[in-house]
Amino acid sequence: MYPAAFDYYAPKHIKEVLGLLGKLKDDAKVLAGGHSLIPMMKLRLAQPKHLVDLRKVSGLSGIKLNGKAFAIGAMTTHWEIESSATVKSKLPVLAEVASVIGDPAVRNKGTLGGSLAHADPAADWPAAMIALDAEIVCEGPKGKRKVAADQWFLGLMATALQDKEILVQVRVPLPAAGSGAAYMKFPHPASRFAVVGVCAAVTLDKQGTCVKASVAVTGAGTKAVRAKGVEAALVGKKLEAAAIEAAAQKAAEGVDVQADLQGSVEYKAHLCRVFAKRAITEAVKRAGA
Amino acid sequence: MATVAEERLFGKSIKRREDPRFITGRGQYVDDVKLPGMTYAAFVRSPHAHARLNKVDASAARKVPGVLAVYTGADVKVGGLPCGWMLPDIKVPPRPALAQGKVRYVGEPVAIVIGETAYAAKDGAEAVKVAYEALPAVSNAKKAHETGAPQLFDNIPKNQCFYWTIGDKTATEAAFKSAATVVHQALLNQRLIPNAIEPRACIASVSPATGELTLWVTSQNPHVHRLLMAAFVLSIPETKMRVIAPDVGGGFGSKIFVYNEEVVVSWAAKTLGRPVKWTAERRESFLNDAHGRDHVTEAEIALDHDGKVSGLRVKTHANLGAYLSTFAPLIPSYLYGPLLSGVYKIPAIFCEVWGMLTDTAPVDAYRGAGRPEATYLLERMMDRAARQLRVDPAELRRKNFIPKFTDGAPYQTPVAFAYDSGNYEPALRRALQLVGYDQTRKEQLALRPKGRYIGIGVSTYIEACGPAPSAVAGSLGAGAGLWESGQVRVHPAGAVTVYTGSHSHGQGHETTFAQLVADELGIPMEQVEIVHGDTAQIPFGMGTYGSRSACVGGSAIVKCLDKIKEKGRKIAAHLLEANEQDLDFAGGTWTVKGSPDKKKTWGEVALMAYLAHNIPKGMEPGLEATSFYDPVNFTFPFGAHIAVVEVDPETGAVKILKYVAVDDVGRVINPMIVDGMVHGGIAQGVGQALWEHGVYSEDGQLLTGTMMDYALPKADALPSYVTERTVTPSPINPLGVKGAGETGTIASTPAIANAVIDALEPFGLTHLDIPLTPQKIWKAVAAAKQK
Ligand SMILES: Cc1cc2nc3c(=O)[nH]c(=O)nc-3n(C[C@H](O)[C@H](O)[C@H](O)COP(=O)(O)OP(=O)(O)OC[C@H]3O[C@@H](n4cnc5c(N)ncnc54)[C@H](O)[C@@H]3O)c2cc1C
Repeated sequence: MYPAAFDYYAPKHIKEVLGLLGKLKDDAKVLAGGHSLIPMMKLRLAQPKHLVDLRKVSGLSGIKLNGKAFAIGAMTTHWEIESSATVKSKLPVLAEVASVIGDPAVRNKGTLGGSLAHADPAADWPAAMIALDAEIVCEGPKGKRKVAADQWFLGLMATALQDKEILVQVRVPLPAAGSGAAYMKFPHPASRFAVVGVCAAVTLDKQGTCVKASVAVTGAGTKAVRAKGVEAALVGKKLEAAAIEAAAQKAAEGVDVQADLQGSVEYKAHLCRVFAKRAITEAVKRAGA
Repeated sequence: MATVAEERLFGKSIKRREDPRFITGRGQYVDDVKLPGMTYAAFVRSPHAHARLNKVDASAARKVPGVLAVYTGADVKVGGLPCGWMLPDIKVPPRPALAQGKVRYVGEPVAIVIGETAYAAKDGAEAVKVAYEALPAVSNAKKAHETGAPQLFDNIPKNQCFYWTIGDKTATEAAFKSAATVVHQALLNQRLIPNAIEPRACIASVSPATGELTLWVTSQNPHVHRLLMAAFVLSIPETKMRVIAPDVGGGFGSKIFVYNEEVVVSWAAKTLGRPVKWTAERRESFLNDAHGRDHVTEAEIALDHDGKVSGLRVKTHANLGAYLSTFAPLIPSYLYGPLLSGVYKIPAIFCEVWGMLTDTAPVDAYRGAGRPEATYLLERMMDRAARQLRVDPAELRRKNFIPKFTDGAPYQTPVAFAYDSGNYEPALRRALQLVGYDQTRKEQLALRPKGRYIGIGVSTYIEACGPAPSAVAGSLGAGAGLWESGQVRVHPAGAVTVYTGSHSHGQGHETTFAQLVADELGIPMEQVEIVHGDTAQIPFGMGTYGSRSACVGGSAIVKCLDKIKEKGRKIAAHLLEANEQDLDFAGGTWTVKGSPDKKKTWGEVALMAYLAHNIPKGMEPGLEATSFYDPVNFTFPFGAHIAVVEVDPETGAVKILKYVAVDDVGRVINPMIVDGMVHGGIAQGVGQALWEHGVYSEDGQLLTGTMMDYALPKADALPSYVTERTVTPSPINPLGVKGAGETGTIASTPAIANAVIDALEPFGLTHLDIPLTPQKIWKAVAAAKQK
C-alpha cells in the first residue's frame, strides 16, 4: 500500500486551486476526503504526479438553507449531512442517504463533492441527487456553471466536470408540500456500496394523486440514471400498491445493467424493480404523513 | 515478597492483562520493530495463474533511486519450502522460495527488491520486467482431475497429489445395501481467505559478530519456524538462528506455516549484510497467505427403518493449491475423515479424498481446519435425512447420539478416533430450551401464509482438539512431535516466570496461564509473568493451533508446577522439621496438619531454595522445573448451536434473528475469554455460511482479492448471541480442559445453512451450497416458483 511519488499542495483559496490546476495540467488531481482516491493510489491504480488538497480551501464546506434550496459545499462530509438538524427537519432523505454510506469512518472523511466527482457506479449520492433534482455547481477558469444532476453522470466514473474545473457546491431544492422521498439500497456485503440503490421522490395533491415523481437508480449499471419509465407510470395515478408495483416494473429500463459476482443481469434488474417498489412505497407513505 | 491470593482464580472472568497494551497502541508487533540500518523488501509477484517464466529483467529496477538489490529465483540459493506432513504415496511437488521456470498461481513470488525505504522497494518492484509465456490454468479441484486438464507438474499425473481413505469400505457398502433410506447430496465447501487483522511480516538480521540470524516473524509457532527453516531451507544449525514472534495480531492458522517471504528475506539479509524488513500489504495477504477449505464432495447417508444412521460414504476432492503448504496434506485427511462420525453412533463410514493441485494459492489449516468441512457435511446430511424421513431434525439427532460416556472409558468411532468423554443430549436439550424451539416452530408455520419465511437450523458438533500423542501423529505422517513444553522458574523473592511453547496471538495466554499458575501456587497473579514467542528463551515449543494451548500447553505448565510444589514441600518439611505427608499446601502456605501456627510461606520456601543455607541434604539449590507434556489423546469438545433466520424471498437476503450456542469445552479457566473465542468463532462460521468466498475465475485469477470484494462478517449483520455451557471434564489431561478456540467456527456454518434451507422448505428446496448469497437464494426460489 505504497503510492507512487507525488507532489502535494495545500492551497487556501479556490483561485489558487484553479491556478494550480491550470499550471499542472493532466498530472494533477484534487484530493477531498481521500476515501476513493487514496485507496486507488495505494494500489497504484491512480498515480497522479500532483495532489491538490481541497481540505484547507475556504468556503467549500457547510450546509446552508437559502430560501427554497439547500446549498451544500463540495467538501461537506457525509457525516455532516447525516447529522445536520436542518437537513433532518427539511429534507430528511438526504440524511437517510448519508447514513447508509459505508461505515462511520468513511462517512466522517468522505465528501459529497468527492462522491459526485468520482461517480462510482455504485455510489449512493448519485441516485439521490438525480431524484431530488439537484444542481451541481462547478467552478473553473471561466467562472461558475451549473449542471443538472441528471446531466452530470456520463458513464463509468465519467462526469460533466471539465478540465481545470472543480465541483464547488450542490444545490438541492426543497420539495413542494405533499412530497415525500426515500432511498433504499441493497448493500454489497463487503464494501457496503449499493449493489442497487433507488431514490424516489413523489408529490401528491390533496386527493392523493401523484403530480410529480422523480426516481433514480444507482449501482446496477455503469452510471446512475433517471428511471423515466417509472416516473411516467406514476404521475397522474393514485399510488396504491398495484400502481406502484406496475410502475416499478420499469425500473431497469434504461439501466445498462452489469453482471458481476454480486449478481447476474437478470438478478440486478430484478433488484432495481424491488427497490423501486420499496422506495416509492415509502416515499408515498412519507408524502401522506 | 509474595503475599497470599484470596480466592480461586481458576474459573474467574479476569480481564485480559494484555489488553491495555493493545488498546493503547503499545503492543510490539513485528512491524513496530526498527533496527539500525534496516532495509525494506518488496516482492514481484506473478500476475498469471500458470505461465512459463522466461526472463526476469531487473536492470531498470536496479537503477531506481534507493534500490539496493534485486534477487530472482536463480540467485536465491536456499532449499525449497518443506512440507511437514506426509501421506502414503504422496507426490510432493518442489516448492522453490522464488519461482523457477514456471509460475503456478497469481501472487507467487518471482523476485525480491530491497530498498532503503519501503517506497524505493515498491518502485523497484514495479520496474522489474518479467517475460511470461501464459499457459492454460485450472483452479477447480475436480476439473484439475479431468483428462486433458492443464498439468501443473510434469511428474504428477492428473494433478493428483494424494489419494487417501479412511474407514471400512466393505462394511459401508453392506450398510448401504441394507439401508431403508439413502440420501445423496453433492456439497461444496468453498474456499476462504483468512484475513488476520495484522498482515504477515518479518525482519531478518544477521549479526556480523556471531553470524547468528534473528528472525522476527508473525508466527503461531516460532520453534517450528526455526526447525523447518534451519534444517530444511537454510541448512544452518538451530543454534545459529533465533526466531521471535512478538505480539501477533491474529492468525487463524495462516501464521503456522513457513512462507516464501521469510525464507527469502532471511537469505537476503545475510547476502546483503543488512537487516531486511517485509510487511505484507493486504492485497499480498489475499494472494499469498494460505487459504482454507475448498472441497468438492459427494456424500451419501444411509438410515435403517428406525431412523438410525447406518452408514456414511464420502468422496472429496480437496483443493491443495499450487504447492503444498506446511501442513496441507493433514487438513483434508486426518483432520477431516476421522471427524465424520460427529456425535453420532454410525457403525460404518468410508471416506475417500483426492488431494488436488491447482493454479491457486496454497490451501492449509484455517480456523477449524478439516473439522468444519466434516461437520458441515455431516450436519447438512443429518438435515437432509430428517427432511427425507419427515422427522424433526433435532429429534433425528437425539435418536442417533452416542450415549453418555463420562467414566473415563473412551468411545471408539469407526474412523480412528476414540473420544475422551461426552454427554451430548443435555447440550441439545438446553439449546432447544434457550431458543424456544417448539414456539419458534409454531411461529414458522404461522408466518408462512403471510409470505414470511423463517427457518431454524440445528447443528450438534464435535471437535478434536489438542493434537495429540506424538507417536500416533508420527505414524500418521507428522514431521514433528505434538507435545508441548513448559518451564516454570521461581525467583528468590517468590515471583514466577513461566516459559511456554504455546504462542498467544489473540488467545489471552498472558492472562489464563497466569491465572492457572497463581491458582495452583496460591500466589497473586501479579507475581506471575508469562513468556512466549522467543526461541532464545523457551526450551522448545510446538506453538498454538488446533485449540491446543490450554489442554497441551497448560498441562505442561501444570506438570512443572507439580515438580515445583514437590520440591517446595520437601524444603518446607525440612524447615518445619515435619514429615512431608503431614503438610497441607493452600493459599501459598505449607502448614503442619493440626498445628496451624507451624507454617512456611511460599516466599520463605522460595528464598531458602536460593539461599540454600538450610535445605535437605543432597538437594540441589534453586527452584525451577521443565516439563514436556505429550497428551495421550485428543480432547473432544462438543455442543449444540441453533440459529433462527428469516429469508426475504423477494431479494434472497438472509437475516439472523437469533443464535444460541451451548458448548461443552470441559473445564473453563476464564469464562470471559472462552465467550470471546466462541463469539469470534461464530462470526467466522456465519461468514462462511453467508458471505465469504475466495473466488478464482476458471483460469485462476483471484476475483475477491480486496476487502471491497471479499465479504468478512460485520458486527451489524450479526445478532447478540445467547451462549451457555455444559461441563464435561476431559479425563485425559490434568486440567480437565478440552479446548475452545475453534468450536464456534465449526458449529455455526451448518447451523446457519440448515436454518436457511429450512426457511426455504415451502419452495421444495433441499440444498444450496454455501455461501448462501442473496442471488443464489433468489435464483433457487424463482426457479422453484416456476415449477
Ligand atoms: C470502505 C469504503 C466504503 C464505502 N462505501 C460507500 C458507500 O456505501 N456508498 C458510497 O456512496 N460511497 C462509499 N464509499 C466512497 C466514499 O463515500 C468516498 O468518500 C466518496 O466516494 C469520494 O469522496 P471523497 O471525498 O473521499 O473523494 P476523494 O477520494 O478525495 O476523491 C475522489 C475523486 O474525486 C475527485 N474530487 C474530489 N473532490 C472533488 C471536487 N470538489 N471537485 C472535483 N473533483 C473532486 C478526486 O480528484 C478524485 O478523483 C466508500 C469508501 C470506502 C473507502
